[in-house]
Amino acid sequence: MALRQRFNLMAGTLMIGLVAFGAILSFVWLPHDPNALDFSSQLSGPSRSYWLGTDHFGRDLFSRLLVGARGTLYVGFIAVGIALGIGGAIGAVAGFLGSIADEVLMRIIDVLYAFPAILMALLLAAIFQPGTLTAMSAIGLATVPIFARLTRSSVLTIKARDYVEAGRALGAGHARLLTRHILPGALSPLIVQSSLSLAVAVLAEAALSFLGLGTPPDVPSWGNMLREAQGFLIMSPYPALVPGFAIMLTVLGWSLLGDGLRDALDPRTRRS
Amino acid sequence: MFTFIVRRFFSALISIVLASMLVFSALLAVPGDPAEIILGLNASPEALAALREKLGLTVPAPQRYLNWLTGIVRGDLGESLNYQKDVSELIIDRLAVSVPLALGAALIACFIALPLGILAALKRNTFLDPLVTAISQVGAAIPSFWLGLMLILFFAVELRWLPAGGYVPWERDPLGTLRSLLLPIIALGLGQAAVMTRMTRASMIEVLNQDYIRTAKAKGLSGRRVVMIHGLRNALVTLITILGLSLTNVFIGSIIIEQVFALPGLGRLALIAIGTRDFPLLQGEILVYAGTIVFLSFLVDISYGFLDPTIRYA
Repeated sequence: MALRQRFNLMAGTLMIGLVAFGAILSFVWLPHDPNALDFSSQLSGPSRSYWLGTDHFGRDLFSRLLVGARGTLYVGFIAVGIALGIGGAIGAVAGFLGSIADEVLMRIIDVLYAFPAILMALLLAAIFQPGTLTAMSAIGLATVPIFARLTRSSVLTIKARDYVEAGRALGAGHARLLTRHILPGALSPLIVQSSLSLAVAVLAEAALSFLGLGTPPDVPSWGNMLREAQGFLIMSPYPALVPGFAIMLTVLGWSLLGDGLRDALDPRTRRS
Repeated sequence: MFTFIVRRFFSALISIVLASMLVFSALLAVPGDPAEIILGLNASPEALAALREKLGLTVPAPQRYLNWLTGIVRGDLGESLNYQKDVSELIIDRLAVSVPLALGAALIACFIALPLGILAALKRNTFLDPLVTAISQVGAAIPSFWLGLMLILFFAVELRWLPAGGYVPWERDPLGTLRSLLLPIIALGLGQAAVMTRMTRASMIEVLNQDYIRTAKAKGLSGRRVVMIHGLRNALVTLITILGLSLTNVFIGSIIIEQVFALPGLGRLALIAIGTRDFPLLQGEILVYAGTIVFLSFLVDISYGFLDPTIRYA
């Protein structure tokens, strides 16, 4: 693997590792209670007591950042899990069965393309009220078409291969052909896409929380922190800088990891 | 070509009808009585009955959907409960903010991304390519709403060159409108530029690796001619897709940016509709957004047909 491609994989792993470490650390250790108010040091800059400064209630930004990392990873994983599960299943069935099933399923998928995460979140927020679950489902459903199309195209390619024919000739049923012979071959593009979709999901989650359509205000999340910081920009930049950098780092991490994985798993990009 | 356009048009139409079904049935799934949700539990039975009548809840759902759909065809999206005005009128008013915002952002993105992406692809073996790639990778990771806050901090709070938010209507002061839209356009456009740069670079590299480019070079054409005539023209199909995609992205991204800069656009109207449980308004808004996305992808499909005959006759 070329140096640059190895760099992507390593840098991505390092960034996501750092975020994951912060999230895990927040369960066992936090410098301050993330919700503890300290009116004697509101909107203060970094200090020995508050490493990254405080927000307008004097709450420790570093502690809130660590707790926010949990939600970012959690929402991202669940959302991409929903997309991978539903999209993968629809794509696999459409590609495998073909004909009318393919037509109908792909038509439904095309309609979902018209509903990006924010639009889906608006729709779901009207039905179920805004919240973490709504945001996760919205991001997941909006990502379904990408996974459906990807799985379908992989399945279409693989099902024409000789070893699948051989499996069929030996009497393997539909389910066995799909799960044992076809899907394992379709796995690597899905892994790459999962990482890239996680980057998009992190951005979407932050955006939805920023709009008040995601994580509820009483739970520290990076999007919430930014929304609250907006009103106090003139007085202190830290409450906006800290979560913004964290979001950027995480998104960059997932997309570098996705690029690196693609280079590692796909021999064609490795050669070029 | 005509058959191709007609076929694509009907395909887009079916998508819009299906999208309208999805929007309608989603709001049908709102648990409880919509009239009670809107007016609260203490509302009088008369007020509830009147609102149910106004919302059309007295007729069966399929009939209601058909009424709504025929209304849409006539340009009538119903009446907003909160504003007591036609939904279509409210939406058209807000488009004066959202459309220039989205178009401006897409324009900025194109101006930055196309030359940068092509340059990076052409200079693959120099320091320029990794530099452009790194910048665009970081740029794509920056949330537009955070960039918006940072721009406010620098250009509005520190330098005091531009307003931190708010909106001046076109008819009152066009220059003021441009000033109030400039930072939002940059916030929305830069991130999109980063995404587009990567895509442009990738599609250009793919084209430049084709055999016909080698042939063109081998027969002695100048570098510029090879790039402009043989490279760019063939990359155009992908570039049009990228453009369509980014128009969709900035249109949807404007929902967040309008919130950052307190712009009275379509996105803020949608958030108000959620907050006030204004279902007719929300329904209309979501359909307009989804319809625009379908329409943009229809335009992209059509331009494919013009640019690439193999797609037209497939």
